[in-house]
Amino acid sequence: MKIKSAKSRPVRPAKVDRGRRQVIRFLAAGSAAAMTSPWVFQSSRAASRPIKIGMITPETGPIAAFGEPSQWVADGVSKFLGDGIVVAGDKHKVQILNRDSQSNPNRASEVAAQLINNDNVDIMVASSTGDTTNPVSDQCELNGVPCITSDDPWQSWFFGRKGDPKKGFQWTYHFFWGFDQVANMYAEMWLSIPTNKKAGVMLTNDPDGIAASDPQHGLPATLRSHGFDVNYLGLYPPLSDDFTAQITQLKNMKADIACGIFNPPQFAIFWTQCAQQGFQPKIMTPPKALLFPTAVEALGDRGAGTSTEVWWSHHHPFKSGLTGETAQQYCDAYEKASGKQWTQPLGFKHANLEVAIDALKRAKKLDAASIRDAIAQTDYKSIVGPITWKGGPTNPVPNVCTTPLVGGQWEKGTKWKYDLEIVFNKTAPEIPLDRPFTAIQYS
Amino acid sequence: MGGLNILIQGGLLGGFYALFAIGLSLSFGIMRLVNIAHGDFIVLSAYVGMLAIQGTGLDPFSSLVIVVPAMFVLGYAVQRGLLNFTLAGGLLPPLLVTFGISVIIQNGLLQGFGAYDHRLHEGPIETASLHLPGGIDVGVYPLVVFAVAVLGIAALQLLFYQTRLGRAFRAVSDDADTAELMGIDNRKLYALALGIAMVFTAIAGVLFGIRTIFDPAAGPIRLILAFEAVIIGGLGSMWGTLVGGMVLGIAQAIGAALNPNWQILAGHIAFLVILIIRPNGLFPRTRD
Repeated sequence: MKIKSAKSRPVRPAKVDRGRRQVIRFLAAGSAAAMTSPWVFQSSRAASRPIKIGMITPETGPIAAFGEPSQWVADGVSKFLGDGIVVAGDKHKVQILNRDSQSNPNRASEVAAQLINNDNVDIMVASSTGDTTNPVSDQCELNGVPCITSDDPWQSWFFGRKGDPKKGFQWTYHFFWGFDQVANMYAEMWLSIPTNKKAGVMLTNDPDGIAASDPQHGLPATLRSHGFDVNYLGLYPPLSDDFTAQITQLKNMKADIACGIFNPPQFAIFWTQCAQQGFQPKIMTPPKALLFPTAVEALGDRGAGTSTEVWWSHHHPFKSGLTGETAQQYCDAYEKASGKQWTQPLGFKHANLEVAIDALKRAKKLDAASIRDAIAQTDYKSIVGPITWKGGPTNPVPNVCTTPLVGGQWEKGTKWKYDLEIVFNKTAPEIPLDRPFTAIQYS
Repeated sequence: MGGLNILIQGGLLGGFYALFAIGLSLSFGIMRLVNIAHGDFIVLSAYVGMLAIQGTGLDPFSSLVIVVPAMFVLGYAVQRGLLNFTLAGGLLPPLLVTFGISVIIQNGLLQGFGAYDHRLHEGPIETASLHLPGGIDVGVYPLVVFAVAVLGIAALQLLFYQTRLGRAFRAVSDDADTAELMGIDNRKLYALALGIAMVFTAIAGVLFGIRTIFDPAAGPIRLILAFEAVIIGGLGSMWGTLVGGMVLGIAQAIGAALNPNWQILAGHIAFLVILIIRPNGLFPRTRD
């Protein structure tokens, strides 16, 4: 719809005298035919062709929750940009072509190829899990299209695509935290309250779980290096319906801490079975399972006190470099428009677009190589924190920029059923603490 | 985990699988209908339950008063108005049509309810448990699910072997053409069969919604386990479906006790082994 309406209307030229001339020409022709006359159309187009941003996120399928805010974010940015941005001295309209990866890596690759070959996008953005970021980045790398991705632990993006830390990639850039950050953050957060330091860890047999089970840098190894007595319960199939075997082991070792990668439905089963089997750990930290407030609400009263990693929240002290909105204002606007509670991917969806637009604005020319060079020179303050690829402390490998990570705990809320409160910030002190970390209270 | 505990927990999980499989067992047994949308109908039932709960303030168990008739009518209508037209052309057309229904349900739910998770809350019963000697804890809710599966199957068994309708079902299942010659209106009977299958789908859906989170895409993974339970038990045998579910559940529990990673695999292996030893399942009741 948007593409069509933009094409059928001639773009208004920037200079007044040209505009007047066009009006005269229009009147002289005296008919609507002039409006669609190829000459008028082309002259105005040549002055400023629209810039196309391809955007790919999972909006349907099993991980659709990550892509739920995508359309709202894209519409908001389009509306804010209005009649366009200035690139290398010329004003250009901006079209955001938002596409659905259907939670499927093959589909993600296919829509990326379509955006590149049929729509000729100038720059691509993609986010939310390696199933979307990796195939899209691969397509862009192959076709020489600048690409910025986020919302996937950077190791899975970089090493999952066989990245060489010495060379990096030519066309593709990524910003998000890494597995090392999350493991360290958990360990330090758990150390902030007294426990018996016995931790049971279980991981899913999928790319996330396998990466986290790495014997040297994985989750169990990192926790051990912080002095925890870790019982690694092994990999389990991601669609498991029953966890009594693992819970029996957790009970037998008298673990105060339970940590495991779960998908939300599996965690709901696990946490219910923990209650049925009488296992009450002081700390329950399931990465990935409790990112969304709806997943916590689904646990009923038993969601309170569970802890998770926080990549972004309404209390983060950052502002959009594009619109100037604070994280709080942005979340409020989303909640008002959608009637739904803010989620962590919301901020990263916005950041993904604003970082791309910043690069476009700084590009010396409107071609792929110039845009890519502008991305490489990024030094930008986004709604999720500072983003740069110039080679500083936040660039562990080329093409990757890490973002701050803190610890959070779900608590009964007032406006919504559950609020995510920031309870640990030693890993990123610039993000304010809501309250200290506490053990789960059982009634 | 002790051997007895494995059997108990695995058996209870099996009751859950059997409950999923009853609807499929019925439609497969009577009509040879490979209902690809079965998992999606289960999820749809959970959403209908959610609407009923929101609209009336009932608790999930009581919401069955609304969900069951609603799904019966839907099942009857789908068979009468759609699937009956596909039966003449062999196995493939109904397969494709139900695949289409599956896609429609998933995307319809996504449009209507969004991608975020939902759950039905039944209260303290969800986490209540009985403490048996030997340190074995048995969840009350899994027991309820198991009991519902057993009662449901007993009711179907009565229907099949003690009523005129049941006799007609068996006749159509054995030889549809001859049954029609004997004056049975196959189309009406098929519609009733899917309606009744949907009654059990509705119950399974609501109980599933209490057990864990559901979202629009949660259906398809439920399909394969239901299928395996039906095949292990043998076509047309309701008690066989219960046994099939329990075989799967116990095999998974044994696998998980050995190594968590073998849990799902162990169920599939049990299925394959039984298929090799007894290609018609354990208790086949219908001729193929």
